[in-house]
Amino acid sequence: MNVLEARKLGMRYGRRWALQDLTLDVPGGRIMALVGPNGAGKTTFLQLAMGFAEPSAGTVVAFGLSPRRDAAAFLPKVGYAAQEPPLFRRFSVGELLKMGSRLNRRWDGPLAASRLRRLSIGLDLSVASLSGGMRAQVALVLALAKMPDLLLLDEPMASLDPLARHEFMRLLMAASAEQGLTVVLSSHIIGDLRATCDYLVVLTRGRTQLVGDMDEIVGTHQRLVGPVDSIDAIGHVQEIVQVELSERQASLLVRMRGPLLDPRWERYPVDLDQIVLAYLSRNASVSSFETDLAAEAAS
Amino acid sequence: MTLARSKTGTGAITLRMDTTSGLTPYLQLVQQITHAVRLGQLTVGDRLPTVRDVAAQLAINPNTVLKAYRHLEMQGLLASRPGTGVFVAKELRGPSPQDQAALRRALLRWLSHAKEAGLDAEGVQALFADTIRQNATDEAVAS
Repeated sequence: MNVLEARKLGMRYGRRWALQDLTLDVPGGRIMALVGPNGAGKTTFLQLAMGFAEPSAGTVVAFGLSPRRDAAAFLPKVGYAAQEPPLFRRFSVGELLKMGSRLNRRWDGPLAASRLRRLSIGLDLSVASLSGGMRAQVALVLALAKMPDLLLLDEPMASLDPLARHEFMRLLMAASAEQGLTVVLSSHIIGDLRATCDYLVVLTRGRTQLVGDMDEIVGTHQRLVGPVDSIDAIGHVQEIVQVELSERQASLLVRMRGPLLDPRWERYPVDLDQIVLAYLSRNASVSSFETDLAAEAAS
Repeated sequence: MTLARSKTGTGAITLRMDTTSGLTPYLQLVQQITHAVRLGQLTVGDRLPTVRDVAAQLAINPNTVLKAYRHLEMQGLLASRPGTGVFVAKELRGPSPQDQAALRRALLRWLSHAKEAGLDAEGVQALFADTIRQNATDEAVAS
């Protein structure tokens, strides 16, 4: 069952569309990776899903509720954390917890306190004194303490080093096992996503390029290397995502749709980075980007 | 400098995640548990770490851990007891040392035939992998 549904969703700032015609389902119980280059519309989508702004076009619905019109029913069900968590810097961690408990109906203070203890983050520490990694962890612990059914995370690890990212992911995976959450996590650090997310959405310019189960996507994409003159024959059976040509040899990144019968073609596994890169570069059309720039310059 | 040591939770073995292996995280878990049973590191009645602990320790999706445990339960290697955890339910015994030695001798004879026929080490490996794959397919069709 889908927890969140976007239909032809669009958002325009001035003349520029930050997101256009996005139709996307977030299935319940999954941890979804939302991947795309800067400007793809990831943040805009998550902000519309949170109800921070009214969409310029289309609809977004979560648990059958409109994030804006039904805010009173919707907000208790959803947690949110962004790249620079807006934690009040002069507050102590304990004061943040106290504030959370006053502002939220379903608030599990003891759970939050025990998670912070396990992370060795003292309640008496001031937010300003925390490292970037700790601040991200505190923001996640607070978002989880709301006991949300849906957690939206907008590049929560973008400014963290690899160890801090790993610690953040450990906390998120443990919480997901304990609370049975649906998570949408936007990121452009692909390597972290393979083992943590079980659903993948690749977004470019507000459009989905690839949507599906993580294992299925990684399992069905392969690199095929073979003679240039039989690319068309391969293309009849397999879905060719990316072509690299040398004089006699072609290297194709394909999504396998059927058996590979021609013995002249060799197959190699590809990792998630290569798959995402292939879909991103396939759609890196310069023209629409220039249109955006021209519109921006004119406004 | 002190060596970093972290205590790894509830269970007899420590599961790992190798991002360079090319195997899916799910298959890595299935293989590691199967190997541990085959090598006697896990024996009947041993409790496996909880889904939550594996997910938290390796930073992997809890659904992946659950899927691996379910798969091994269907094979009869693991059994879950509601409320108490997942346990090893079966032993996996390899061939006896005598049988292994006999198999090795037969293989060495076969290898010298292959060498006479002009097959190098790479050729042997390719033929071996291909035959195993073919045999598995035939068996799957036959059953």
